[in-house]
Amino acid sequence: MSALAETGKPFGQRLQSALGDAVIGGLIAFLLFSLLLGLRMVDKVTGLTLEPRPWLLITAVAIVFFGRLLLSLFVWQAEYPITKPFAKFFTREPFDRRDLIVLGSVAAISGVMLLFRNPIYSLFAIPILLFLGLGSLRRLIVYFFPDLPYARIFVTVGLLFAIFFPLSTYFLEKTFHLGLPLRYWFDLAILVLTYIMLGWGLNIVVGLAGLLDLGYVAFYAVGAYTFALLATHFGLGFWICLPVAGAVAALWGIILGFPVLRLRGDYLAIVTLAFGEIIRIVLLNWTEVTNGPNGVSGIPKPTFFGLPFTPIAAGGGETFSSFFGLKYDPLQGIIFLYYVILALALFTNLVTLRLRRLPVGRAWEAMREDEIACRSLGINTTVTKLTAFATGALFGGLAGSFFATRQGFISPESFTFIESAIILAIVVLGGMGSQLGVAIAAIVMVGGFEALRHTDWLEEIFGPDFDPSLYRMLLFGAAMVAIMVWRPRGLVAARDPTITLGEARAIPPDLVKEGRA
Amino acid sequence: MRPWQYDPLLKVGHLTMRFGGLTAVDNVTFQVARRDITALIGPNGAGKTTVFNCITGFYKPTEGTVELRQPGPHDFRLERMDDHDINSVARVARTFQNIRLFQGMTVLENLMVAQHSMLWPASGYTVGALLGIGGFVKAQNEAVEFACHWLERVGLLARADEAAGGLPYGDQRKLEIARAMCTRPLLLCLDEPAAGLNARESDGLNELLFSIRERDGISILLIEHDMSVVMRISDHIVVLDYGKKIADATPEEIRNDPSVIAAYLGVPDDELAEVEREVHL
Repeated sequence: MSALAETGKPFGQRLQSALGDAVIGGLIAFLLFSLLLGLRMVDKVTGLTLEPRPWLLITAVAIVFFGRLLLSLFVWQAEYPITKPFAKFFTREPFDRRDLIVLGSVAAISGVMLLFRNPIYSLFAIPILLFLGLGSLRRLIVYFFPDLPYARIFVTVGLLFAIFFPLSTYFLEKTFHLGLPLRYWFDLAILVLTYIMLGWGLNIVVGLAGLLDLGYVAFYAVGAYTFALLATHFGLGFWICLPVAGAVAALWGIILGFPVLRLRGDYLAIVTLAFGEIIRIVLLNWTEVTNGPNGVSGIPKPTFFGLPFTPIAAGGGETFSSFFGLKYDPLQGIIFLYYVILALALFTNLVTLRLRRLPVGRAWEAMREDEIACRSLGINTTVTKLTAFATGALFGGLAGSFFATRQGFISPESFTFIESAIILAIVVLGGMGSQLGVAIAAIVMVGGFEALRHTDWLEEIFGPDFDPSLYRMLLFGAAMVAIMVWRPRGLVAARDPTITLGEARAIPPDLVKEGRA
Repeated sequence: MRPWQYDPLLKVGHLTMRFGGLTAVDNVTFQVARRDITALIGPNGAGKTTVFNCITGFYKPTEGTVELRQPGPHDFRLERMDDHDINSVARVARTFQNIRLFQGMTVLENLMVAQHSMLWPASGYTVGALLGIGGFVKAQNEAVEFACHWLERVGLLARADEAAGGLPYGDQRKLEIARAMCTRPLLLCLDEPAAGLNARESDGLNELLFSIRERDGISILLIEHDMSVVMRISDHIVVLDYGKKIADATPEEIRNDPSVIAAYLGVPDDELAEVEREVHL
């Protein structure tokens, strides 16, 4: 792109270089797509035959050719890139007349497209109009209240929403009988909160200490199995086992920590990846203890100070509903689970925020920035690394324990590498070291995955044969690529200082090291 | 006996460091006197930084001893200690040739990290401070005060809340020295502190080093290429060439030492044999 930024040249010259660039792009597209799209294997009576699909190929190549040509002319080489007015929605720069003309005409065209009531037109018009509307709203708010502490307001509103969401929706439903899918909402919220907690736990290892850990799910599994086995073999309850599971996971964090003390970057990632797999395979094959692939079932639910969330208490005692004189409702137990995971996640967050301001947290961050300098300043990096692994593993274990009690059944299936990858993706996309970023990324990733299940509207556009769930991973991957292109250091990449003499100012992301060294 | 041999703070004895077949440091012996500024000089590749790395524990020497003699009865054998203990227990601090600051942390945070060995026990190894027991707040306030003292001395107090990586080069050099001083050392090892500084910054650095010696009573061992700096500030100079010590004397003597001049400038071929005889090669 930068090589093409030859502004200020006469139009003829720009057209020439743009055309050359588009031809190269088209050629590459042709080479790539000629086999991928241009030919199709068909199973005929005579055997497998190749069926050429020239029109599909031509369309794809034409899209690349004209797309690149237009982008060259109007964005990359243009004196005034056509994307600039849109980018201005994210800044505080004033709009000039040119911007208003561009934005106005785009809005008008989108509006006209909507009038046709054609689903494909709407697919393009609705996101554009949404973007314009939300962008204008943002600019208006920033214009009228330029100095509000937006981040703090955002966090407060988010926290209040998280606290009151289940109770308020529950009472709305009970009072007005709206037929809300509460069960589904609560389950999804619990899932999102579990991933937020896991993200925050891994953030200690990857984001703060800079140790790339691809096997985090191992600690999640250790926590889950610790609780499940203690509960099923010894009849212990959730609240007793929770700290035990955390401690056992932390111990395993230290056990993993020792062999990898001398490893960095890619090598560390490979060994942690292997560790994750070892734990899973042991769980799978140590049948006498873990019951192998059949998993452990009958894991008890947590109780509210000894009051179970069941219709009738097993021993004939009080249940939650009978004690408080409520009508039994299975949703009560789910709401309680929601508050348990919310409390666990907030606990993780508070401890992490506090640790960052203690010597150990500063040593973690210093180790991420420069390990050799750390050692020259008398910091024992062995201890520092092990504490990071142990603390991260502790929260993973707590989350695992919660996972076991919520599911009531666990098997090694739940602790595959993809879980580690998702948790790591949450941390990386959110911005390594940023608590808020990790929370947003978890909501977007897990919630977004879920939203892609409800893509019936895509069927309306592309016809009934279209199965949108097949394209979930494609859309997901595209979204991740987009975030990495536009925000390579994650959604919230700036770092907050842990101690200041004057007013705290965030540290620009390009100075902060990433968790590689 | 030379003055620096009576009661040295650091005694390096027969230090040898081999990397495979390469002998980077060959049987080097020298002393660093208390409250002296000792310079370690030599042409590129002479093994100066290797000696530094052996003293500060980043390399384990192949042979030889590195002895740090405390004011009290304690002596430390640095060649047997871990690198972080050399700083926190034996109290030897160092800086690096290519500045190694924590770039994404603020200036003040850099100095707080430097006081880790003091703050880490004060925080009750984290558990106490998490539960709010113990005097962590008091210890942290003292640490901030000490950091501010050093920021004032290097003239960076106004930039305490800025990211260290955003400082100009000269300030980063000074901050690295302040950070080393925040570990409360007895011996400060500086690896090319004047590299890349302009004349005025270099004068400021000299002032700072003098004040560290006079006010804080700390011995300084430094590697430096800038001869004007070396000759002006050092009390004692050790010259290395190809891993061997070729001279160990006061600045005046070094200035007139033919072997040093030969090592730095080279000599014409016809005089080589004569010079070699002088240098006892």
